[in-house]
Amino acid sequence: MAYSDKVVDHFNNPRNMGSLKKDDKDVGTGIVGAPECGDVMKLQIKVEGDKIVDAKFKTFGCGSAIASSSLATEWLKGKTLDEAHKIKNTDIVQELNLPPVKIHCSVLAEDAIKAALADYKKKGEPSK
Amino acid sequence: MKFPIYLDNHSTTPMDPRVLEAMLPYFTEKFGNAASRNHAFGWAAEEAVEQARKQIARLIHADPKELVFTSGATESDNLALKGVVEMYKEKGDHIITCQTEHRAVLDTAKTLESKRGLKVTYLPVDKYGMVSPDDVRNAITDKTILISIMLANNEIGTINPVKEIGKIAKEKGILFHCDATQGVGKIPVDVQEMGIDLMSFTAHKIYGPKGVGALYVRKKAPRVRIAPLIDGGGHERGMRSGTLPVPLIVGFGKACELCEQEMPAESAKVSKLRDRLQDGIMKGLDEVYLNGHPTQRLPHNLNISFAYVEGESMLMGLKEIALSSGSACTSATLEPSYVLRALGVGSDLAHSSIRFGLGRFNTVEEVDYTIKRIIEVVTKLREMSPLYEMAKEGIDLKSVQWTAH
Repeated sequence: MAYSDKVVDHFNNPRNMGSLKKDDKDVGTGIVGAPECGDVMKLQIKVEGDKIVDAKFKTFGCGSAIASSSLATEWLKGKTLDEAHKIKNTDIVQELNLPPVKIHCSVLAEDAIKAALADYKKKGEPSK
Repeated sequence: MKFPIYLDNHSTTPMDPRVLEAMLPYFTEKFGNAASRNHAFGWAAEEAVEQARKQIARLIHADPKELVFTSGATESDNLALKGVVEMYKEKGDHIITCQTEHRAVLDTAKTLESKRGLKVTYLPVDKYGMVSPDDVRNAITDKTILISIMLANNEIGTINPVKEIGKIAKEKGILFHCDATQGVGKIPVDVQEMGIDLMSFTAHKIYGPKGVGALYVRKKAPRVRIAPLIDGGGHERGMRSGTLPVPLIVGFGKACELCEQEMPAESAKVSKLRDRLQDGIMKGLDEVYLNGHPTQRLPHNLNISFAYVEGESMLMGLKEIALSSGSACTSATLEPSYVLRALGVGSDLAHSSIRFGLGRFNTVEEVDYTIKRIIEVVTKLREMSPLYEMAKEGIDLKSVQWTAH
């Protein structure tokens, strides 16, 4: 299967690969997927006020899954929490030119964003 | 070193230049139809076909008259199963096969189940991918007309105890078909000694051309009869009509002759390369697991699962090396390898599997380069893997509540 140039670029040069301290109050962590299904994404955000100041990912999965999560971190940085909620999997599909068989990778990335936001919210708003 | 490096020899093999050379005259000056009995062009073609039949028959210890040329192993498998089921339908309606067969056998069996009401037993395999002769024996009923078990598996290379299965088939008077596509030319095959009644194989896995294969059909003790799939001019004793592709058959013959002459030296060389690859990878990385049988395995096969790393992403990181993965992401179905699943390999490790298929033209240099690159890519992808991170933190991945999707 041929990958789009953007998928290849994210795969070869992943943006924001790594981890944040998941126990910190200003960090939200989302882990979605399952090893049995062949992909697991961990997406983390660091929040100041209502702004996402940092984002990191680690992904077990195919090239498209890695690219989807790498792209998600790129998009998340600098966004407000409300704006982050509005990121849709279809935006990722479009940006990366994902073929139909890889759409689930983008769905997983959207789920990971939502899970990270929910985790952050659960920890309670940080004091300013 | 020439790039990309080809390590997918289970899928297909490059044609040996000596095979090509033998074929060339039969495209142009010796272009006759082997069925033309009345002129020199036809005679030359027929002679070439008969010569190839001898070369092929010698490799598998058969009589040249027992070979039916087909378009390849998939057609041979279809012809064997459908041909026997049709011909022997009065005798019974049950066949025995196994879960790790190639799709050409499994899907044919499924079609016969749904369209012809055939009953099929799909035998399980052990953790190395091997069929147990006792299981075969126990699955036999008075309605069983055919046992179809592969010689060696195309993903994991495990070699089945075919001789024992052939013996049971003889004892019970049941026909035995063997899909030997991966084994012929790589390991010694003797249809007499192995008690095989029908056998599928193909040229392009043994450095011959694509588009030609054969079905061995036993002529004596017992005389096997099969109904044809293709009707027409009655070629191949009525079992497979259609003008013979003479150049391809000549190439098939030459490929078999080379295998017969060079097999001892070649399998020693190739298995040494394979062992070097296996040792290099195993020494360089932790948590890598061999899939398939440790010793009863094709000399050129190596199938390894790299824990915490997904197979397709590995292949993407190894663009300059041609490999194959059991990961779902490389298939249309999104299911990981059914062969590895049948061995009891977890879906997670099935997604992490890579198949290496060495061949006649691979070199030590290529193997050493591959080892180095595999270690680099797996290390990089593990850095990127949340599963590896969790495992290093001591989290038992089996205890995590995953969100399956």
